[in-house]
Amino acid sequence: MFRRTAAALAALIALAGPSLAHEFKAGTIEIGHPWSRPTPPSAPVASGYMKLTNTGTEVDRLTAISSPAAERADIHRSIVENGVASMRPVEALAIEPGATVDFEAEKLHVMFIGPDRQLKDGERFPATLVFEKAGAVEVEFVVQRRAAEEAPADHSGHGG
Amino acid sequence: MSGIKLFRIATWVAVAVLGGILLASSGWLPGTRPTPESVATGTARVGGPFTLTSHKGDAVDNAKLAGKPYLVFFGFTHCPDICPTTLYELTNLMADLGPAADRLTPLFITVDPERDTQTVLAEYMTAFDGRILALRGDKAATDAAVKAFAAYYRKVPTDGGYTMDHTAGVILIDEEGRFAGTLDLHEPRENVLAKLRRLTAA
Repeated sequence: MFRRTAAALAALIALAGPSLAHEFKAGTIEIGHPWSRPTPPSAPVASGYMKLTNTGTEVDRLTAISSPAAERADIHRSIVENGVASMRPVEALAIEPGATVDFEAEKLHVMFIGPDRQLKDGERFPATLVFEKAGAVEVEFVVQRRAAEEAPADHSGHGG
Repeated sequence: MSGIKLFRIATWVAVAVLGGILLASSGWLPGTRPTPESVATGTARVGGPFTLTSHKGDAVDNAKLAGKPYLVFFGFTHCPDICPTTLYELTNLMADLGPAADRLTPLFITVDPERDTQTVLAEYMTAFDGRILALRGDKAATDAAVKAFAAYYRKVPTDGGYTMDHTAGVILIDEEGRFAGTLDLHEPRENVLAKLRRLTAA
């Protein structure tokens, strides 16, 4: 009986696993589920995504990101125009009051330049986000293949 | 409405449509003229000689690839988002295609040979399906390959380095070496798989 319950619990934990949504807060800014994709070996860059919600009444801006796991971190927007993909830096990303900036939906990503290791599925690494008004906050990026909410759409069942 | 009148209307509609297509493709219409930055992947312009080296160290050229369909996409390893995502997606697609995937060679051509050395690519590619080849060449060889697929790339300086703009889609080449369309990995997975199944059907 106990063994079966334990097995069920273990399965549940495994299912929830690394993609279980996690959240952080800095003042009136909520940081929803920061995550990063696994990187191929010797990849010179890694990506990061999250959802920033401003529950306050004034605009705030994400002005800097840093992580001990990378030499540098920038925010970029990917654009595909006339079939050409390009990436442009975004300085001081504005989060309007009452609004949510969903990195994935808005083709934004954190670019971690010079990661100190290959990022593997299920790992976590720390980062510091600095907001103009909300100040600095420590967060943790979860390494996973896809955003948690997208997981059911991946019916291939064998991942990437 | 009489049959003759219907026929006449249909004829004029056909004339208008054809005329529009001709006008648009000739670049006469404002806004349709291809700018130097535009990307054309029309049948007529795709195909041409190129020689590159794979991440495994083998020379790969258009002659060697002939006889089997292949996929081409341009990218670089300093690309955190679109490029690895495309490679992971192609890895999944190769698995889903089953045995037909053995007839297909996906090519990842780097537009940043300066940083994407063969050693970097060899390590990088271990994360993906082993049938996907990363290709590189010097500037001239890279330019030739880009031209062969009517693609586009450009080096863009950034604060403290540079990034590359490049053609985003996956180009399909049939076993005769002809342009057979493109894949947009955002289209429904079933469409993507159907295109690949068609391409690999003997």
